[in-house]
Amino acid sequence: MSPRLIHAALLPALASIMLAGLAAAQPGSPPPAYSPPPETARLLEGPDLAKAQTYCLACHSADYVTTQPRGMSAAFWEAEVAKMRTAYGATIPDDAVKPLVNYLTTAYSAPAAHERETVARLRKSP
Amino acid sequence: MRMSTAHRRGVLMGAGALLAASATRAAGESVALPFANGDRPMAAYPQKRPLIVLTQRPPQLETPFEVFDHGAFTPNDAFFVRYHLSGAPPRGLNVATHRLMIGGAVDTPLDLGMDDLRRDFPVVERAAVNQCSGNGRGFSDPRVGGGQLGNGAMGAALWRGVPLRALLDRAGVKASAKAVEFNGADVPPMRVIPDFIKALSVEHARQDEVMLAYEMNGAPLPLLNGYPLRLIVPGYYGTYWVKHLTDITLLEQDSQSYFMQKAYRVPDNDCACTPAGQPAAQTRPIGRLNVRSFITNVQDGQTIAGGKRVMLRGISFDGGSGIAGVEVSTDGGKAWAPAALGQDHGPYGFREWSTHVALGQGDHVLMARAHSKAGEVQPMTQTWNPPGYMRNVVDPVRVIAA
Repeated sequence: MSPRLIHAALLPALASIMLAGLAAAQPGSPPPAYSPPPETARLLEGPDLAKAQTYCLACHSADYVTTQPRGMSAAFWEAEVAKMRTAYGATIPDDAVKPLVNYLTTAYSAPAAHERETVARLRKSP
Repeated sequence: MRMSTAHRRGVLMGAGALLAASATRAAGESVALPFANGDRPMAAYPQKRPLIVLTQRPPQLETPFEVFDHGAFTPNDAFFVRYHLSGAPPRGLNVATHRLMIGGAVDTPLDLGMDDLRRDFPVVERAAVNQCSGNGRGFSDPRVGGGQLGNGAMGAALWRGVPLRALLDRAGVKASAKAVEFNGADVPPMRVIPDFIKALSVEHARQDEVMLAYEMNGAPLPLLNGYPLRLIVPGYYGTYWVKHLTDITLLEQDSQSYFMQKAYRVPDNDCACTPAGQPAAQTRPIGRLNVRSFITNVQDGQTIAGGKRVMLRGISFDGGSGIAGVEVSTDGGKAWAPAALGQDHGPYGFREWSTHVALGQGDHVLMARAHSKAGEVQPMTQTWNPPGYMRNVVDPVRVIAA
């Protein structure tokens, strides 16, 4: 890309971006205040959703759960919950484990309709 | 934007960001990664252009793949982000007050500010690829748990900072020291959660290429990439590249960190693999990147011009031996022809490649396959392991010539 390709109308904006770049390069300056986009990820509906909201979302956003492959076994989710308790120190009481595993296995059992189409298309590919 | 020198790169980065903004997707849109349950939102986090959001708390962001078609260096505002603990990124970091402590089995413990690091030690600059251990995990078959990433959890940057060995020599490593632990300012949200600590052997830590970086592509590190100081372990997976580095501790035994002993381990055999669906009997800490390449200017499913010369190009990298060559196939891997390699930015960086092909009308399967100078070659079929690490299969790119 050559600078002469940049339309003249963009030059003021370009200059300000370059100046901002120079300012950011000063080694003595702290980073800008950290204001991430709002947390919008939500858990899917399912049995004992409230328990999942309490115990899973205490430590991470809902997308940690919702982006996992769908249709994983109860054994998979049991192992995940166990890892959260033993390795990551999640304070999940004993009597909440079974409801959580049931929620995770049930709510994330089947792909959504448009996902079923995606899976079918991927399987058809060579 | 194809960049040639560090100076040009610094000047042009602003222009690239400006023009790229119109060419890339905006925050609020979503993308469909090409595996089941692969829909992801795009969002712009501080100091970042809109990136693919894997998780929001802590932030885990993937680089849109088209970025890799714009040169051998990944812009800071497009570089992927990976955290483990929901307190991340740590608040209140400031280059003016940040301290690095070097202690444990050393003769003289050090307590250094960022000015000390810049003033009192040699400066080193090195191009290196940082790739997440689980880059491409979403393609694992059968699927595995963990961050369901496409291929955008990688990036190459020009890192500038201090050779780690210079710091170790200043502190004086005791003969009894065996391992070096690295800890950053990110802390777990609850005391019971293991802190993110990684370790290298003393021998590895003293190798030429290992460094602490305070700059990335000519600018201070973005907050989400480890501001103000991160460990750079060229040739090794990103798990070792500890961000917001605060403590280096020489140990007289192996590190007992959860993230060394339990997580980020691969099957302890030549292929780092197990039969699909099977656990590993023995594991070892993940290590060097395997050899990998991608076609970057053509997407799977794309229609391209038939019957005339078209350029194919992409990137390649390995764990530090350097790329010996990249071959390209237009018939699904039956015949291969060598591509031309681009500028050599050193053995740890992205090595660009390009070639021209002419495709007759119809469907074609394009492939790129890299060979490392160490004699490693990308496999045609992907092996499997339980955590979905170290993917490096030759990826088919299906195109229609019309």
